[in-house]
Amino acid sequence: MNPSRPSPFPGLRWQRDPLPGFGLGLGMTLFWLGTIVILPMVALVVRPWGEGLHSGLRAFAHAAHDGRMLAAIRVSFTSALLAAVADLVPGLLIAWALVRSDIPARRLIDMLVELPFALPTAVVGITMATLYGPNGWLGGPLARWGVHVAFTQAGIVLALMFIGLPFVVRTIAPVLRHLPRDVEEAAGILGASRLQVITRVILPALYPALVTAAGMAFARGIGEYGSVIFIAGNQPYHTEIAPLLIVIRLQEYDTQGATLIGFVLVGISLLSLAGIGLLRRHLSYGTD
Amino acid sequence: MSRLLFALVVYLLVAVMVVLPPVLVFAAALSHGLRVAMATLADPDALSAIRLTMIVTGISVAINTVFGTMAAWTLAHFRFPGRNLLVVLIELPLSVSPVVGGLVWLLVFGTQGWWGAALERWGHPVLFAPPGIVLATVFVTFPYVTRTLMPMLAHNGREAEEAAVMLGANLWQVLWHVTLPGARLALLSGVLLTTARAMGEFGAVSVVSGHIPGLTETMPLHIETLYNGYQTVAAFTMAALLALMAMGVVMARNLTERRHGRTENTA
Repeated sequence: MNPSRPSPFPGLRWQRDPLPGFGLGLGMTLFWLGTIVILPMVALVVRPWGEGLHSGLRAFAHAAHDGRMLAAIRVSFTSALLAAVADLVPGLLIAWALVRSDIPARRLIDMLVELPFALPTAVVGITMATLYGPNGWLGGPLARWGVHVAFTQAGIVLALMFIGLPFVVRTIAPVLRHLPRDVEEAAGILGASRLQVITRVILPALYPALVTAAGMAFARGIGEYGSVIFIAGNQPYHTEIAPLLIVIRLQEYDTQGATLIGFVLVGISLLSLAGIGLLRRHLSYGTD
Repeated sequence: MSRLLFALVVYLLVAVMVVLPPVLVFAAALSHGLRVAMATLADPDALSAIRLTMIVTGISVAINTVFGTMAAWTLAHFRFPGRNLLVVLIELPLSVSPVVGGLVWLLVFGTQGWWGAALERWGHPVLFAPPGIVLATVFVTFPYVTRTLMPMLAHNGREAEEAAVMLGANLWQVLWHVTLPGARLALLSGVLLTTARAMGEFGAVSVVSGHIPGLTETMPLHIETLYNGYQTVAAFTMAALLALMAMGVVMARNLTERRHGRTENTA
């Protein structure tokens, strides 16, 4: 970082700046941001209130009693949360294998972990549906055991876990790599068992990273569409995710209904990101 | 013993969770042989989807690269009121569901939207046509160039650029000969990430495309149409092609990241 010199006249600072291009750069940035992000997002926020405060409030009151919409948001919310938390276990194991162990083929694993990120969501969607479908490589044997994944919420969670895994591994691994080893060694010398070192020393130091990892996976998962709709079954009230209900409302020409769901989804994402920030700050007291 | 167990658990996790799905894509595509798979790609609708994906990706990446670079330059080199707000707003599309990224364009350009009626009089459709698909793709891939490039420009500082200005260089000469050469790999990495995301975008595009085979279907949308029409081999062949393209781009990006010595988070 190399900020320009503080000036007694903040408003006039750029006029004395030796570097040209501030006006043009800011203008282009505002034009780009204004047309592509701010204009459409304002439309999303304003739309429910389009016919005045009263009709907007009535629309929200109506939505609060729309069982199908509430169910869809609940399905998206719980699936994303479950997937994010469940991803921490394989995520932590793989991150540990990458940065703290000496198992063979670590570089290969490092590359393979990137695969879910590289696959487009529609490809992930039809693949998970086929893999866990009744005749699939994994779905077939599971069905014989009486476990049905496809077209249930378990399928939604599995698809989201696949999508979220690279984010979790990539968030945990660098933190794990930089944990000071001497603390672990000291704990060992003081008589802590291996398990105690893990649960009392390593995991607490990782809490902020784990929260961030799960939070990122959650924020992504709650809006996921392409990777989920093929495996989900899409049964209203049970396996219908909120983004799919937006699409269905649009097909019914119910723009208002679709906008309300979109509004709530964006609200949940932003609130959860803010919550993660707060929780992270709270957890990292005393660790750094 | 416990080390061996740990290694086995990790290998099994990676194999089942991460490797099996992409393997299935290619196995399903080739289940009736390579010739059958290639024949499905020769279908006119398939070719049209491939062409549309390339065009949309090209335009979207160009827009976000030009504006994203200028945004990174402005935000990295100047301090001004509202700067932090701009950074937050640029990242906003990352926390918006792709479907919402399509929906918002309906609210602006749809028949019930702000400018829908005006557009209808003008006679050039935006929605259910390629321009809408480009807008949705630009929205979804909006922050990647800026957020990859900005830390690099900030890290490089502005002394070299100021020196170039003293020596008489104008803005374009500074950008072209000083700024960008110093951040070439970061820029490339951001562009490749944008490309990979743009090619595979599904949710946002699905809302604004209208799904007209041969006209407004991109590769991901065509995959959905084929899959729902029980043309499994064709669906997975298109999926395999798209996966190969995206994996190639992501792999190229990982190489550039490794070369500029920074393994940043993939988000």
